[in-house]
Amino acid sequence: MLLVERVTVEILGTAILSDVDIEVQDGEVLAVLGPSGSGKTTLLRTIAGLQPPTRGTLRWDGEDLARVPVENRGFGLMFQDYALFPHQSIGANVAFGLRMQRRPVAEIDARVSEVLDWVGLPAYADRRITNLSGGEQQRVALARALAPAPRLLMLDEPLGSLDRILRERLIVELRQLLVDHSITAVYVTHDQEEAFTIADRLLVLRDGTVAQEGTPESVYRQPVDEWTARFLGFRNIVRADVTEGTARTSWGSFPTQHERPGSFTLVIPPDAIELDPNGAVRGIVDSRVFRGGHHVLGVSVTGETILDVEIVGPPPEIGAEIKLRVTNAVVL
Amino acid sequence: MTTLSRKRRAAWTGGLARILVVAIPLGFLAAAFLYPLGSILLTGLSGEAGGLAPFGEVFGRASLRGVAWFTLWQAIASTILTVVVAMPAAYVFARYDFPGRSLLRAAVTIPFVLPTLVVGSAFLALLGPRGALGIDLSSTIWAILLAHVFYNYAVVVRTVGGLWAHLDPRLTEAARVLGAGRWRAFRTVTLPLLRPAIAAASSIIFLFTFTSFGVILVLGNLEFRTVEVEIWRQTMSFLNLPVAAALSVLQLAAVSLILLTYSRYQQRRAVEQRLAPATARKPQTAREWWTVGGTLTFTALFLGTPLLLLVERSLQVGEGWSTTAYTSLADASDSSLFVPATEAIANSIGFGIVAMMIALVVGILAATVIAYRQGPVSQWFDLLLMLPLGTSAVTIGFGFLVAFDSPVDLRTSPFLIPLAHSLIAIPFVVRTVVPVMQAIRRRLREAARVLGASPFRAWREIDLPLIARSGLVAAGFAFAISLGEFGATAFLVRPERPTMPIAIFRLLGRPGDLNFGRAMALSTILMVLTAASIMVIERFRLGETGEF
Repeated sequence: MLLVERVTVEILGTAILSDVDIEVQDGEVLAVLGPSGSGKTTLLRTIAGLQPPTRGTLRWDGEDLARVPVENRGFGLMFQDYALFPHQSIGANVAFGLRMQRRPVAEIDARVSEVLDWVGLPAYADRRITNLSGGEQQRVALARALAPAPRLLMLDEPLGSLDRILRERLIVELRQLLVDHSITAVYVTHDQEEAFTIADRLLVLRDGTVAQEGTPESVYRQPVDEWTARFLGFRNIVRADVTEGTARTSWGSFPTQHERPGSFTLVIPPDAIELDPNGAVRGIVDSRVFRGGHHVLGVSVTGETILDVEIVGPPPEIGAEIKLRVTNAVVL
Repeated sequence: MTTLSRKRRAAWTGGLARILVVAIPLGFLAAAFLYPLGSILLTGLSGEAGGLAPFGEVFGRASLRGVAWFTLWQAIASTILTVVVAMPAAYVFARYDFPGRSLLRAAVTIPFVLPTLVVGSAFLALLGPRGALGIDLSSTIWAILLAHVFYNYAVVVRTVGGLWAHLDPRLTEAARVLGAGRWRAFRTVTLPLLRPAIAAASSIIFLFTFTSFGVILVLGNLEFRTVEVEIWRQTMSFLNLPVAAALSVLQLAAVSLILLTYSRYQQRRAVEQRLAPATARKPQTAREWWTVGGTLTFTALFLGTPLLLLVERSLQVGEGWSTTAYTSLADASDSSLFVPATEAIANSIGFGIVAMMIALVVGILAATVIAYRQGPVSQWFDLLLMLPLGTSAVTIGFGFLVAFDSPVDLRTSPFLIPLAHSLIAIPFVVRTVVPVMQAIRRRLREAARVLGASPFRAWREIDLPLIARSGLVAAGFAFAISLGEFGATAFLVRPERPTMPIAIFRLLGRPGDLNFGRAMALSTILMVLTAASIMVIERFRLGETGEF
């Protein structure tokens, strides 16, 4: 179990991480989600031992890691740009960590082909790493990180530079691989969908501090504040006065499951707004974007606020006056 | 053995290694470079007239002031001319892939490592009184300038072309899309991006031509004299050591100033660069094929003609074609060299190997300091190691001669020649290895650490193999440089142990068709050996990094 306690990292006087607390259980996949510059990479480098923390402690199964150098931590790190060794074959890259452990040659060979098999690159061992495609490099880097069976595997935006289709396929494969081999992992990304797909537990990082933590479902269902909600992709956010299961906003009134009366910020999930001739919200269609499976309408309500609405059926024209019904709203 | 004591020993070894890495190059430079230079300075200051009299003489005599002026302006003219003439070839080799590219690239480098004496002779054969072109340009500045361009062509192709190959072609394309014409895009985007490489190439060419010796000696007929030739003349003809020493000191001061300016400029260039994939592609349009074809034809004619003329002259002894010149090289009886010329070949190869090894050890250690140390240590080291590059070979030879006679007379030691050669080769080794060291991304080392490698192990597994390749490249250069070195060797050589360039020089000084043919034959063999070591370089080059 990894325990990060009140870790602060300052680089050239600037705090990159401030008082970060993290716990990763054995066999758990923790996704760290944050925009660029939020300190994700620094967090991984600190855990790996490449960046000493300014304050705070890191523990593995209770042991303080402060005096354990990088090479003795037994962690794996897959770099964002893969950092494959250009002068070595694929097999030699993957075998590197095993050689550092002085394993017998036969065992190394067996493990290398086993791991290359896992990542879908069997019989690639003798090839050079130059001229590999992005996806193949990603797999080799993953195999290299996996081969020494690290007690903790860290992945730094591993799918960042790949195209969308490949990314969507690989993230599912990766999740399967981590689960199948009960690998303890920290997965860093700026992409919400990636984080939701891979994670057992999710941690949102904002400006070097932990903004929110929980299962992907709970974080999605109940973002902790407006910034987190916007970062998770919610676009319809409004101030509201709540009384007796009804939320009154500048857009109109609609039901909410929230019991406590008062003034709150509301988040309306995209699937909780629909066209309805009897809807309480009136608006004018300002813009219309076709997104393949659905249309996204920009609707202005009371002349100012823009509401994003996803429409699956035939969409109204721009300029049309429409009525909307809000079926659910999350109170922050 | 416990882990603890092993660790302690490792830390101790690490500390010692760290000291040696700095101490060995420093010690070497102090003994083989600074000490001889100091001796020259002392000689200059302690002439019969005493004090600063020799310096006064240098400034006072109009002929010596003329020498200084000529040295300066011919170097500037040669530099500008070389950059302009060689730029198209730098472009073609950087941007286009065509059949025989790597072979041609290697071939272009051959003139650069040829002995200057051979270059001089080749141009004499081309532009001399009985030259192949039928126009006599010898004893004109044009023969000298052309020979300098010929000699330094490769510096531009390799240095400028090396960077050009890594410039993202999309930058120019972006400029074109934004409405810049071909020339405009070149001038506003490509040229500024190439500026560091052009500055590097220019400063190297300037230094080489500023200290030009063999070419001027053969083509200038002593009517045109650089400071370098004048030092040699004052020493060998007039035995005026104080004036020679004063000239050496002044030349060194000028060169140091140039190097200082250059190093200041280079500091602004220090960026961690990725080994970008080479951008060369096949020419596609007719226009591109013409560009490539035209440039290559010009390059082949310009660089090939003097070289082919050498071979042709070596095969034409007396009437018609014959190999007499070659077969007679092993002939001792009729030799004007005291020993058979074949022994000169063996001597050269032997000296070359020793010089190469010294240069590699010292050069790689020095490169490590420059590449990994931050701040003033690295900068001063860089500057100090560039100094031998700017110090003329003649000064180095002269310095050895003055320095190593007492308390122990080492001047007869055969070790002095490879020592002088290695001193000249070290800057090349450093310039070849440092960019590769700096280009190794820190991430790779970190990846190795995370996978369980100790800092030393990470260096051995990652840095060393990558550096080893550039080390081989450097070794090839060092060997080739030693093979062709003439200026310093001329001071240090023993009559019974000539090197190939010395043998060629002696043969050229003898009358007779056969001796001329043998000089040409020996030049041809030297050229082939040089070419072979350059071909080895090309095989091991990783990407197109390095400055030479």
